[in-house]
Amino acid sequence: MNDKFVVGFDGSEAARRALDFAMDRATAQGATVVIAHVLEWSPYSFLTPTELEERHMRRKEELNRAETSIITPAKASVEGKGVPVETVLRYGHIADTLCEVAEKMEATQIFIGRNGHSRFGSRVFGSVAGNLVQTAPVPCTIVP
Amino acid sequence: MNRLTQRAVLAATAFLLFAGAAAAQEQTIDDRINEIFSGATGWFVTLIFSPFPGTSFPWIVAWLVIAATVFTIYFGFIQFRAFPHSIALVKGDYSDPNDAGEVSHFQALATALSGTVGLGNIAGVAVAVGIGGPGATFWMILAGLMGMASKFTECTLGVKYRNEFEDGHVSGGPMYYLTKGFAERGLPGGGILAVLFSIFCILGSLGGGNMFQANQAHQALTGVLGDFPGFVTGLIFAGIVFIVIVGGLKSIASVTEKVVPLMAVIYVGTALIILIMNADMIGWAFGQIFAGAFTGLGVAGGMVGALIQGFKRAAFSNEAGVGSAAIAHSAVRTKEPITEGFVSLLEPFIDTVVICTMTALVIIITQQLMIDEATGTYMLNEAGTAIKTVGDTSGVGLTAAAFGSTFSWFPTILAIAVILFAFSTMISWSYYGLKAWTFLFGEGKTKELVFKVIFCIFVVIGASASLGPVIDFSDAAIFAMAVVNILGLYFLMPIVKREVNSYLDRLKSGEIKKFKH
Repeated sequence: MNDKFVVGFDGSEAARRALDFAMDRATAQGATVVIAHVLEWSPYSFLTPTELEERHMRRKEELNRAETSIITPAKASVEGKGVPVETVLRYGHIADTLCEVAEKMEATQIFIGRNGHSRFGSRVFGSVAGNLVQTAPVPCTIVP
Repeated sequence: MNRLTQRAVLAATAFLLFAGAAAAQEQTIDDRINEIFSGATGWFVTLIFSPFPGTSFPWIVAWLVIAATVFTIYFGFIQFRAFPHSIALVKGDYSDPNDAGEVSHFQALATALSGTVGLGNIAGVAVAVGIGGPGATFWMILAGLMGMASKFTECTLGVKYRNEFEDGHVSGGPMYYLTKGFAERGLPGGGILAVLFSIFCILGSLGGGNMFQANQAHQALTGVLGDFPGFVTGLIFAGIVFIVIVGGLKSIASVTEKVVPLMAVIYVGTALIILIMNADMIGWAFGQIFAGAFTGLGVAGGMVGALIQGFKRAAFSNEAGVGSAAIAHSAVRTKEPITEGFVSLLEPFIDTVVICTMTALVIIITQQLMIDEATGTYMLNEAGTAIKTVGDTSGVGLTAAAFGSTFSWFPTILAIAVILFAFSTMISWSYYGLKAWTFLFGEGKTKELVFKVIFCIFVVIGASASLGPVIDFSDAAIFAMAVVNILGLYFLMPIVKREVNSYLDRLKSGEIKKFKH
């Protein structure tokens, strides 16, 4: 069975570097790359009645936007390099969801870019990289 | 800004200028608004609250209690049987991960709660205990427990018969289940009931969902800042509400939505601390509650007075049977409408059984209600309409005094809480009113704008009028919704029964599985 690498991709510079890095490893090892984009979402956040009413509609819009502006260009940029590419678009807590995706797809590695927040910033707001390192079910590569 | 909004801003500015120009006669404005208001609404209040002939028992209170009892028995005490399952649903144990990003059970519950947890829990309870004595608390808790079944029934139907529009937005509530549900069962009159409900819902949103809130927010402000005319508070509030609901400034609303739960936690937390500090008195307080529930302990109206106040304030606070929550709950994403019914039954529990009881206990334990030492019964005020209180306070003032007797800083926190609760309740009710309005007049920007401007004008009226006429009208309008809604529920409850039986069978057989373990 060929290896699967899940790349957490949010369209940023750092994510780009992670994707490129993962592509290099995948080429070398004959692995499949899974571009995973997670829309930050908590089922426990508070919404106004109007937001409730429009949620289903907004969700569709958000998924469409993510698909066209993030997933599709990312996939297009790495296709034709001899590496099979899959995509995943999910809602949830970013680190938790990446772990779930990795587990479900039986991936062997997770790659993410690092945004390089200050230590204070990550203390206060938490960092995806920090969470992922603590909880990932498979080896995890943080690309600077 | 489009032209409509511009026009609305102009109209609102003109109104504000008019009110401001008249500021020189500040005292008389409040008085005049008050006079016109009570003159215009008196007949409606009388009709809703008329007692059974020869008694002092309002028929509307009996209507709510009977309904809650009927639903409780008809669904076999569903509020107790399904309670653990309700909590599992809210936690998301049964939510399909593929539905992430849709409205969760928790979110629907939280939004519905922010519309109901509010002044009813702070001011309403104080009114109930102030008039009906500690015994009112017993009836309030009972009404809260029974009301869970009413809420369950209406919210299940709210989801089942909601309208899902092509663009993906949803509209639900009693007006939809009354029309569609009646049609489905081949019963006549659903349309008429839906129209009546919508009219009362608009009145309720202007009354309890708006004027009562503005009024109590003003009282809370004067309690902290000293006396100033009500229309000032009204204008400021109307301005902010206008920006949010017409201007679409969501940030204010979302900030409130986040701060309100925090205030609720602070409120309940402080109440708990006061109760723990007076732990030795809790037994005595419950003694007063039970004794008062069946004897009245000398309060105005005796036992019946305590019962009426308890039931009235519970219904006003948790809105079970009123139909408003069905509007908020109907946006949830679920394949089984009944699950939202299960979730919604937690609402009266949190609102009434937990939060209202906290308020009542604090008022009783801090001994704000004056007891005649010679007889051991409560002393009445000079007019004989309510129990004499330590600082001659009533409504939100009584709650502030009770909490303030332990923590002197609390009245300031409470004032902030009252203002935020009032604001979030107004935002919720402006939505309920708007849904009823668009049901009657159709969807459309201009039509919606008309309602929103009317809503803002009523904020000013509410803040200016004195408590009496406002609270009466608020109650009357909200209870009028319950008249229509409950009548409809009686005809539609077999549908809910079918749903609940089928769901519980499948849950038992393991066909409905948990996604989380």
